[in-house]
Amino acid sequence: MVQGVELVAVSKRYGGATAVDDITLHIPRGVYCCLLGPSGCGKTTTLRMIAGHEAVSDGDVLVDGRNVTNTPPAGRGTAMMFQSYALFPHLSCLDNVAFGLKMRGIGRAERHERARRGLEMVQMQAYADRMPAQLSGGQQQRVALARALLTEPRVLLLDEPLSALDPFLRGRMRAELKRLQRDLGLTFVHVTHSQEEAMALADLVVVMDGGRIQQAAAPREVFDRPAVAFVARFIGGHNVLGGPGGQVAVRADRCRLSTVPDAACPGVRGTVSLVEYQGASVRVALTTEHGEDAVAILPDAVFFADPVGVGQPAWIGWSAADAHALSA
Amino acid sequence: MRSASYLLAAPLWLVLGGFLLVPMAAILVVSFFDYDSVRLIPDVVLTNYADVLLSQVTWQTYLNTLKYTAMVWVLTVAVGVPVALFLAFCVQSAALQSVLFLVCTVPFLTSNVIRMISWVPFLGREGLFNGALMGVGLIDRPLDVLLFSDFAVVLAFVHLYALFMVVPVFNTMVRIDRRLIEAAVDAGAGPWAVLREVILPLSKPGIAIGSVFIITLVMGDFTTVRLMGGGQRASVGLMISNQIALLQYPAACANAVVLLLLVLLMITALLRVVDIRREL
Repeated sequence: MVQGVELVAVSKRYGGATAVDDITLHIPRGVYCCLLGPSGCGKTTTLRMIAGHEAVSDGDVLVDGRNVTNTPPAGRGTAMMFQSYALFPHLSCLDNVAFGLKMRGIGRAERHERARRGLEMVQMQAYADRMPAQLSGGQQQRVALARALLTEPRVLLLDEPLSALDPFLRGRMRAELKRLQRDLGLTFVHVTHSQEEAMALADLVVVMDGGRIQQAAAPREVFDRPAVAFVARFIGGHNVLGGPGGQVAVRADRCRLSTVPDAACPGVRGTVSLVEYQGASVRVALTTEHGEDAVAILPDAVFFADPVGVGQPAWIGWSAADAHALSA
Repeated sequence: MRSASYLLAAPLWLVLGGFLLVPMAAILVVSFFDYDSVRLIPDVVLTNYADVLLSQVTWQTYLNTLKYTAMVWVLTVAVGVPVALFLAFCVQSAALQSVLFLVCTVPFLTSNVIRMISWVPFLGREGLFNGALMGVGLIDRPLDVLLFSDFAVVLAFVHLYALFMVVPVFNTMVRIDRRLIEAAVDAGAGPWAVLREVILPLSKPGIAIGSVFIITLVMGDFTTVRLMGGGQRASVGLMISNQIALLQYPAACANAVVLLLLVLLMITALLRVVDIRREL
């Protein structure tokens, strides 16, 4: 039996439009998986199909080896945390968290007791009697998390859980999500459009575009060896350049910047179009002779040892081993 | 700036003052007047209120009006909530939603009285319904309770006013975030549980607004009771209308003041239970 979530040739069509196009994916049990992609790439639809809130047009969805394609959401062993949290505005935090238990016919005293423990898990026990409208975004999210976890899912599905938070809270919640996932040993499937978030959280990054999976691999693999130009561009930090043998991707932080080309290395010449100081590093962008953009990210000490200015001619080079051929 | 905002509010104040506050003040003043069969006698007497509050007949009439209101309220909720539910949740396309919503308002293209009278040939002793029942042999004598009865009055009320429940309830329901329903389903709620635990509690403000309409309309009505009750049934509105016909204006005014206070009390009680501010 295959543990975890499996999608087998899953498609979703709305009338003539295809939102998800024949994707096959295995998310092993206990893995933190991020579905990453631009808006409209089909990542949320994929999540909703796993949850059972969207019917599958074609293919099968399996959770821990059980085909749940036609199973209602509550019978799948999944729980969903919604983007806007979807807390019931007429219920207190405690009753929100206890909702799933109530639906299972668990008595008031027991479900409140368990809901209280659920709130403790997300450090919200002090807010049990508050209404959702009286909570901040981050607090609402914790309650939503407790509500989803209290249904004892095998798989937790998170739809852009951090996008409504301010950057500071986002960082904290990110760490907390990761901690919860590790402690509970659950499979998390997290939809995001932020590559930074995916890199930080995921054991498995699934980059999607146009309803298809462009690459599914560990974050380091995705960053070191993007499969296609789309992935290299979307995750950022890469130069995608045309060469004699097709397109190649080179990590911008592996590039060297010089005013004199080094004949021993591949590289591109151009004019400096941007110098961005980023603290520990400096980002230098060139516009090449062919009108392409090339970026080098240099440690600040290296850059300031031999600085260049906007408008100056320069050369960005890399060692041949760092260039990574992209499949078309 | 400040004078400009007063200026902008002035037309509303003029309308409310001229058409609501002044007439109500007049009613209040006249309710303390004395009268005989031909004229009003300006005075401050409490006899009109004593007549209203101490007479067995008025108490019965008030109770009867409250009974109509309660029955009509229950029935309009029973009819209005499912209709609003269907429009808001079962009809997927927004265009079809608007079309069906307009269809609901079609009966309002004719006047109240015509819609009421149209029941007469249907429900009467020689009417279509009795004819049909006799035709299929279910009864051998026409049913008298169909027309000029409490049944007819309540039926006509529900027919006339159900839409006043449908509209506000529909309005609240379409604003319920669909993700709340998905969240409930995700937590294991079946269709009935979603209705009971999520949709109905969140529709309460709409039901409350609809109830305000129903209460004020039914408590103050006199034409429906007169026409459909066939002169056999009493309501406060009808009693006031009869007193006006007999030129007993002070009595009618006292009655109107009592009725107004009663309705205000009912609505205040209702709004203490349900917070409708979010809907306004």
